[in-house]
Amino acid sequence: MSKLVQGYEVVIGFETHAQLSTQSKIFSRAPTAFGAEPNTQACAVDLALPGTLPVMNKGAVERAIEFGLAVNAHIAPRSVFARKNYFYPDLPKGYQISQFEIPVVQGGSVEFFLGDDKKSVRLVRAHLEEDAGKSLHEDFIGQSGIDLNRAGTPLLEIVTEPDMRSSEEAVAYAKELHKIVTWIGICDGNMQEGSFRCDANVSVRKPGGALGTRREIKNLNSFKFMQQAIDFEVRWQIEQIEDGLAIQQATVLFDPDTGETRAMRTKEDAADYRYFPDPDLPPLVVVPEWVERVRSGMAELPRVMATRFVADYGLPEYDATTLTQSKAMAAYFEAAAKACGHPKLASNWVMGEVSRRLNAEEAAIDKAPVTPGQLGAVIARIADGTISNNAGKQVFEALWSGEGQDVDAIIESKGLRQMNDSGALEKIIDEVIVANPDNVAQFRAGKDKAFNALVGQAMKASKGKANPQQVNDLLRKKLA
Amino acid sequence: MASDLHDMGVAQLAAKLRDKEISAVEIAQHFLARMKAHASLGAFLATDETATLAQARAADARIGAGESTPLLGVPIAHKDIFATTDFPTTAGSKMLAGYRSPFDSTVTAKFADTGMVCLGKLNCDEFAMGSSNENSAFGAVRNPWDAQRIPGGSSGGSAAAVAARLTPAATGTDTGGSIRQPASFCGITGIKPTYGRASRYGMVAFASSLDQGGPMARSAEDCALLLSAMCGPDLYRDSTSLDVPAEDFSGQLNQGVAGLRIGIPKEFFGEGLAPDVRAAVDITLSQFEALGATLVPISLPRTELSIPVYYIIAPAEASSNLSRFDGVKFGHRAKDFTDLADMYKKTRAEGFGDEVKRRIMIGAYVLSHGYYDAYYLQAQKIRRMIADDFQQAFTQCDVIAGPVAPTVAWKLGEKSDDPVANYLADIFTLPASLAGLPGMSLPCGFGEGGMPVGLQLIGNYLQEGKLLNAAHQFQLNSDFHTRKPGGLA
Repeated sequence: MSKLVQGYEVVIGFETHAQLSTQSKIFSRAPTAFGAEPNTQACAVDLALPGTLPVMNKGAVERAIEFGLAVNAHIAPRSVFARKNYFYPDLPKGYQISQFEIPVVQGGSVEFFLGDDKKSVRLVRAHLEEDAGKSLHEDFIGQSGIDLNRAGTPLLEIVTEPDMRSSEEAVAYAKELHKIVTWIGICDGNMQEGSFRCDANVSVRKPGGALGTRREIKNLNSFKFMQQAIDFEVRWQIEQIEDGLAIQQATVLFDPDTGETRAMRTKEDAADYRYFPDPDLPPLVVVPEWVERVRSGMAELPRVMATRFVADYGLPEYDATTLTQSKAMAAYFEAAAKACGHPKLASNWVMGEVSRRLNAEEAAIDKAPVTPGQLGAVIARIADGTISNNAGKQVFEALWSGEGQDVDAIIESKGLRQMNDSGALEKIIDEVIVANPDNVAQFRAGKDKAFNALVGQAMKASKGKANPQQVNDLLRKKLA
Repeated sequence: MASDLHDMGVAQLAAKLRDKEISAVEIAQHFLARMKAHASLGAFLATDETATLAQARAADARIGAGESTPLLGVPIAHKDIFATTDFPTTAGSKMLAGYRSPFDSTVTAKFADTGMVCLGKLNCDEFAMGSSNENSAFGAVRNPWDAQRIPGGSSGGSAAAVAARLTPAATGTDTGGSIRQPASFCGITGIKPTYGRASRYGMVAFASSLDQGGPMARSAEDCALLLSAMCGPDLYRDSTSLDVPAEDFSGQLNQGVAGLRIGIPKEFFGEGLAPDVRAAVDITLSQFEALGATLVPISLPRTELSIPVYYIIAPAEASSNLSRFDGVKFGHRAKDFTDLADMYKKTRAEGFGDEVKRRIMIGAYVLSHGYYDAYYLQAQKIRRMIADDFQQAFTQCDVIAGPVAPTVAWKLGEKSDDPVANYLADIFTLPASLAGLPGMSLPCGFGEGGMPVGLQLIGNYLQEGKLLNAAHQFQLNSDFHTRKPGGLA
């Protein structure tokens, strides 16, 4: 059942532009690097000089195929490039080359967890197209500058069905999609630089009713803004409807400063793009052998890896999905699990302590100061009873802060080794029993809480070095 | 001796250069002088003696170093549709007045690599749109056979320059007949190869799925030499380039025509065909019979439909191809404007001529929402049927022959107010263009007013060799291709 907002069901579909990580542009040999001086990365083809013609970059096609395989989509054996005609100064040819009627990737789905719920968002298509240049309005007075470095950069536009029912789900989808494209390496995922741009189509309806009129929020370039924008848009649409006003189909922009969306253009202004197949480009033919060649060169996909984690390591599905958020995290987990031989413990540590520290420092896992081998050693010492879980955290802390490198050395220098001398422990427990007659009496009267208090006292007396399980066992024996 | 130079064809000049009887510089100087003397024809849009002579000196150096490639040192001039670095490239449009391309087209670069010397850029209808050359923003071209008549178009400057012996060779481009029709009107030989044979890279685009460059010269023998040099795959720059190796067409010229089955489409000989043209074509066909060929009656039932089909598809593609001329990046920009939309409107209103605007409007209309299916899609379907009709015909014949145009060259201004009359005159050249087939025009007689008449030969895909051989065999047995316009020194 989907979550309702003021009695309305929220319906969201996504269009995402993922910039493909090719060295050169989709139809020319100019480089695609970001941040160069304006118009230094645009060749004659990108400038649309008379007589220039587009030639397909095979690398872009291969990235589209990889994406299609990653989302279990159909790879069209024949797809067609069309011209989308409109005038704009940063569109050098006066048309954008894009796939219109027949895209290269058809169908497929993106699966992810929203809390404990497994979700699946169906994809309609993913098509190849070229990016436009940029208009620079700030640096000029009474004029606009045009930077065509970005013109012709390859994009994969990924379009979903309107399958999402909340802003949380939409963000979870976007994060999962981001994970897939970065995992398979077809996109660097840099949202600030515009490598991964999302447009959200949002509408609301009464449950069971027909789909409402949608408004498209353009260019959401952070997950945070995405959620804010959709939430604002949903509230706005519901207010309109509650006020008896109809929603007009429109394109809107989110303003992060005000937290509001505002309409850019309505459907009435919609241009007639006069699409037609680009006569400069023959249909894109992808033979099965090409698909197989691409498939064989691809790394293990996240969902395949997650399945393997469940099967091979006995991890819960939730853990497996979380650990496969990124290739680096999955690799870190596997290395730690192998180093200690306790996959579930390794999973707990990676999802817990490691992630917490990384989040706090906004660092990527490949920058973690604790190596998976060191983490594995910590886990191994906990598992073999050398140190307690809490002591393990102290060791981890010391490793993280750079206080030490060797796990056993840290244990020794900090005196974290658990008390294994049962004679000494017995002595502590005897003292605790003597010193806490009330608790002993209460326990004997059937109050379990009193027992826990006694364990606590014993641990405290051992300065945390006692093995809690051992304390437990000994106490029960003595009080039996 | 030197006064005969301009009467020599490509092959003869090349032989003289090889034998070191004359230098490339001397030849270039001779033609440059002749171009000046006949400037009133309006054939050239750009000349640059310095650039031309530099190229000629380079050719002489190569000859001196012992190189002897077939075209080394021979002059050529290029239709102003081909991008060149040594000369401006205007496409006959005010929009590109003074525009200098930073790169050379593949075709002109290939000719330069063979050592041909470029004499300059040739006038043409604006963006190759037209069949009279009257749509050039830089003035009409006069037919050397009669200065009051049009030379044909859109490669009118190319045809006039070759006919007037201002150059032994020229490039042309053919979208719906723009090589064949002016060749016919000026009494020269020209061939449009199979679509994709010659790279389109660096050709200012008119209609991408139809545009094809080709050579124009006085004989089939010369065209064979030139075509051999200009074809070949260009897969990294032109996606529609055919992955077919270049061929030696000259080596295919002496195969006779005995047993050649020549298809005669009845639709090319209907009421619209002027009697003088028909007479010249008929006589030529009987001469082919005399040479051993057989005439086979065939039908190309959708010939008439090729006019509406072409005048939907070509403008549709043109409307999009010409969107880049917006005043933002290069070419003409209006001086005074209020905002962006005003800049676009004024720039394009000022920069484009009437015919170009007409085709942009037709093209935008047939592609617009709600009309696309009825016009563009329908036209594409019929286009495929037209191509199928040819394949059907080629089961019965080896080549197809007929007139190039219904009439000889008309008078300047005669049809300039009647675009439809101009369009209808393209009826015999459009079908091969729509099918992407090779077609050529060779001089085959004279008609009304002593104006030249051309015979069109159409071959199956990649059968340029067959066409050139048939034309050459006819030229071995006729002298129409060597006739010189009267009154020309």
